[in-house]
Amino acid sequence: MNLIEQAKRKVSGSNFLLVVTIVMFAIMYLAGILIYSRQGFGNMQTFMNMLIDNAGLIIVASGMTVVIITGGIDISVGSMIGLSCMMLAYMMEIKGMKASSAVAIVLVFGIIFGSVQGWLISYLKIQPFIVTLAGMFFARGLTAMISVDQIAILSNQNFLDMANKNIYLPFGAIVNKRGIKLFPFIHPSVVIALVTLAVIWYVLKYTKFGRSVFAIGGSEQSALLMGLNVRKVKMSAYVLNGFLSALGGFVFCLNTTSGFVEQARGFEMEAIASTVIGGTLLTGGVGTVVGSFFGVLIKAIIETYIRSNGTLSSWWNKIVLSLLLCFFIVLQSVFAAIRRRRG
Amino acid sequence: MKETDMLTMRGIHKEFPGVKALSNVDFTLRKGEIHALMGENGAGKSTLIKVLTGVYPLDRGDIRVEGIEGAVINHSPEEAQKNGISTVYQEVNLCPNISVAENISLARQPLTKWGAVKWKKMNRTAEAALDAVGLKIDVTKTLGDYSVAIQQMVAIARAVDVQCKVLILDEPTSSLDDQEVKKLFEVMKSLKDQGVSIIFVTHFLEQVYEVCDAITVLRNGELVGRYDVAELPRVQLVAKMLGHEYDDLAQIRSQGGESLSGEIRETILDARDLSKAGSIKPFDLEIGKGEVIGLTGLLGSGRSELARLLFCADKPDRGELSFKGESVRAHNPIDSLKRGMAFLPEDRKEEGIIGDLSVRENLIIALQARTGMFKLLPLARQNELADKFIEILSIKTASAETPVSQLSGGNQQKVILGRWLITDPDFLILDEPTRGIDVGTKAEIQKLIVRLAREGMTIMFISSEIEEMLRTVDRLCVLCDRKKVGELKNENITQHNVMAAIAGGNQ
Repeated sequence: MNLIEQAKRKVSGSNFLLVVTIVMFAIMYLAGILIYSRQGFGNMQTFMNMLIDNAGLIIVASGMTVVIITGGIDISVGSMIGLSCMMLAYMMEIKGMKASSAVAIVLVFGIIFGSVQGWLISYLKIQPFIVTLAGMFFARGLTAMISVDQIAILSNQNFLDMANKNIYLPFGAIVNKRGIKLFPFIHPSVVIALVTLAVIWYVLKYTKFGRSVFAIGGSEQSALLMGLNVRKVKMSAYVLNGFLSALGGFVFCLNTTSGFVEQARGFEMEAIASTVIGGTLLTGGVGTVVGSFFGVLIKAIIETYIRSNGTLSSWWNKIVLSLLLCFFIVLQSVFAAIRRRRG
Repeated sequence: MKETDMLTMRGIHKEFPGVKALSNVDFTLRKGEIHALMGENGAGKSTLIKVLTGVYPLDRGDIRVEGIEGAVINHSPEEAQKNGISTVYQEVNLCPNISVAENISLARQPLTKWGAVKWKKMNRTAEAALDAVGLKIDVTKTLGDYSVAIQQMVAIARAVDVQCKVLILDEPTSSLDDQEVKKLFEVMKSLKDQGVSIIFVTHFLEQVYEVCDAITVLRNGELVGRYDVAELPRVQLVAKMLGHEYDDLAQIRSQGGESLSGEIRETILDARDLSKAGSIKPFDLEIGKGEVIGLTGLLGSGRSELARLLFCADKPDRGELSFKGESVRAHNPIDSLKRGMAFLPEDRKEEGIIGDLSVRENLIIALQARTGMFKLLPLARQNELADKFIEILSIKTASAETPVSQLSGGNQQKVILGRWLITDPDFLILDEPTRGIDVGTKAEIQKLIVRLAREGMTIMFISSEIEEMLRTVDRLCVLCDRKKVGELKNENITQHNVMAAIAGGNQ
C-alpha cells in the first residue's frame, strides 16, 4: 500500500513528464524491433549507433537543460559547435597543432564565450534570447572568417585514432553468417557524452549550485529574497553551457572530422526540442538531464526508422519530430493546468 | 539603546524620486514583544521594513540590533538574515517548483564534506521546523501542490528556522482562514516566550488586539507614535491611522446643492446577498438614482472588491444583482459598460493613462470602445467632445493634441475621469479618484461629483479620506474586514460615527 502510494506520488510529481518520455521511447523501440527486425533493428549495435551519432547532441542538450531550468535559453550552441569544429580543423590541419592543445584551446574559448553571454544576461539583465542570438551570429561569422572552405582533418593521426577507435562492449553479441561473434562497439565520443550526462545529473541533483538553478527557475524574485546570489548562479549556468557547447563541438568533430561554415546549423533547435520532449519546461524550474537524454534518443530512433525503411524521405524526420514536440508541449500545458486547479 | 531593546531605528529617512517615503521615523522593538506596525496605504510600513531588511538602501538614519556593535546597515536580505532579521512577506516568496524541505533550507542546505546536498538530513530538518509551527505534511512534495495557506506557514517555518532574533511578518494572515490564523498566533506567542521579537504588519484591527503588546502608527511617511495596546482603544487607533483626532468633530454637511436626504426614490441598482469567497462577505445594497454613495473602510476592508462585484469585473459566488430593474446574469465588464456603468479603477496609474496619446485620444478611448472598433467617431465630434470636457473639468493643457504624459498628475487624473464621463454613464464607480493629487484639484473633483449627481448620474465614491466623503456623499457604507458593517445617512455621517463603525465592526 505504502509502496504503491509512493510510486504514485513519484509519477504525479514533476517526474510525470519524464515517465511519459521514457514510456514513449520504450514503445517506439519495441515497435522498431517488430517492424524492422529484418534490417537488424533489434541488434545492440543499432542502439549503440544512435548513441554514436548523437554524442554531441547529448552533451549540448544537457547544457541546454541547465540553462532552460533557470528560465533562460541559449540559441548560440549550434554556431558554437560549428565554430569549435572549424577551430579544431584549422589548428590541427593548417597550423599543425597537437590534438590535445587544440582541444584545450577550444574548451577555454567555450568558457570565455559563455562568460561573456552570461555576464550580459545576468548582470546587465538583457534578454537571454537576444544575447545568445547575437552570440549565434557572432560565432557563425567567426567560423567563416577562419575559412570559407571546408577543412577536412586528414593528417592528425592522434585525433583520427580517437575518432575511429572502437570500444567493444562485453555483451549483446550477434553471430554473423560466417559464424563469427560480433560484439557491439562504441566510440570514445559516447563515453565522453555519457560521463558528461552523469556529471550534470549529479550537479543538478546534489550540489548547492544545482538546487539554486531550480529555485531561480521557479521564482527568481523569491530566490533573491531567500538569500540566493541569483546573478552568480545564472552567470555560472551560461558559463557551464558555453563550456559544454565547446565540448559538444569537439565530440561532434570526432564524428565529422572536418570543419565547414554550415556545420551544425539549426543544432540549437534540436537541443531545445530534445530538452522539451524530455519534460523540461521552457518556463523554467522543472526538468532533468535524463529526460533530455531520452529526448535525444527519441529523435535518434525516428532517424533510425527512416534509415531502416530506406524509401522514406529524410524530411519525415522533421515532420515526426515537430508532431512529437507539439504533443509534449500540449501535454505540459495540460499538466500545468491540472496543477493550477489543484493549487 | 536600552537593555530591554532588541532593535532600534532612529531618524530614518528614505526618499524615492519625487516622494518622501519616510521622514525622521523612529521605531523601537523591545525584547520578546509582538509589535504591530500600522498605517494606511502609503504610510511607509513596507518601506520601513524594506529599509530594515536591505531590500532598499537607507538614505539616512541609525539602525541598531541587540548583540551587534555599532550601526547595522543591511545591503541585502541575505545580510539581514545573517544579522538575525528574517522576514515573511505578504505574497508567498518561496519557489513553488521545488520541495517543501528544499524551500525551508534553500541557501543553507546541509552538505557533506564533498559539497553534496544531504537530502535525508534536509528532509528531517524541515520536518522539525514545520513541527515547530504545528504543521505535519509530506516535506518531499513540491511546494506548489499545497494550498497558499500552507505555503504561508512553510514560509513562516523557514523564517523561524533561520534562528532569528527579529521576525517580521508582513501581512501574513491575508491568505489564512480563522483556524490557521489561530495556529499562527499560537506560534507567535511561543516564539515570543523564547525571546524572539516580532514585528507584525496587518490591516485587521482585531488581530492587533488579540496578540500584540505594542503598536507603532505611521502616516504619510511620518511617525504618529508608539503606544501600548492596553492604553489605546480601537477608535483612537483608527483615528490615528486616518489622521484625525477623535475629538476633532468638524461636522461638514453635504455641500453644493440640494441633498437627496438619503432617501431612495428610484432604485437603479440592487444587490442582494452578493458575495465572493476570499473577497467579500455577503452584503445587501440598494442604490437610488442620482445618489452619491460612499464606500469607506480601511485598506483591505473590501471596498474595491465590492465595487468590482457590482461592475461584474469579478464573478460572485452567490447572490443576485439587478441594474435598472433588469437582473444581471452575464458577468462581463463589457456588458456592464453597455448597460451604462463605468468604473474608474484604483490602479489606473499603471493601466489607465496612455502617455503617448494625446489628451483628445485619451478622452475618447472609452466611448470609442463602446461604439465599437469599426465605427470610428468623426474627428469633428471627437474635437467637440474633447474641448467640452477640457473645459468642464478645467484640464490645464496646451491643447487637445498635447500628449498626456506632459500633463501634471492631477490633470492626468482629470483626463481619466473625463474619459468615463464622456460615455455618459448612468452609474459611475470612482475608486480613489483623488489619491495623490493636490488639495485644489481634489476640491474641484468633489464639486464635480456632487454636481453630476444633481444632474441625475448615480455615483459610487470610494475613498479612504473620511473628510472628503463627508463633504460629498449622501449615504455612506462602512466596510471592515471584508464585511459591510454599517450604513450612515444624512446627519449621522460624522467622523465619529464612521470611526466607531470601523472600530466596532469586529465586535
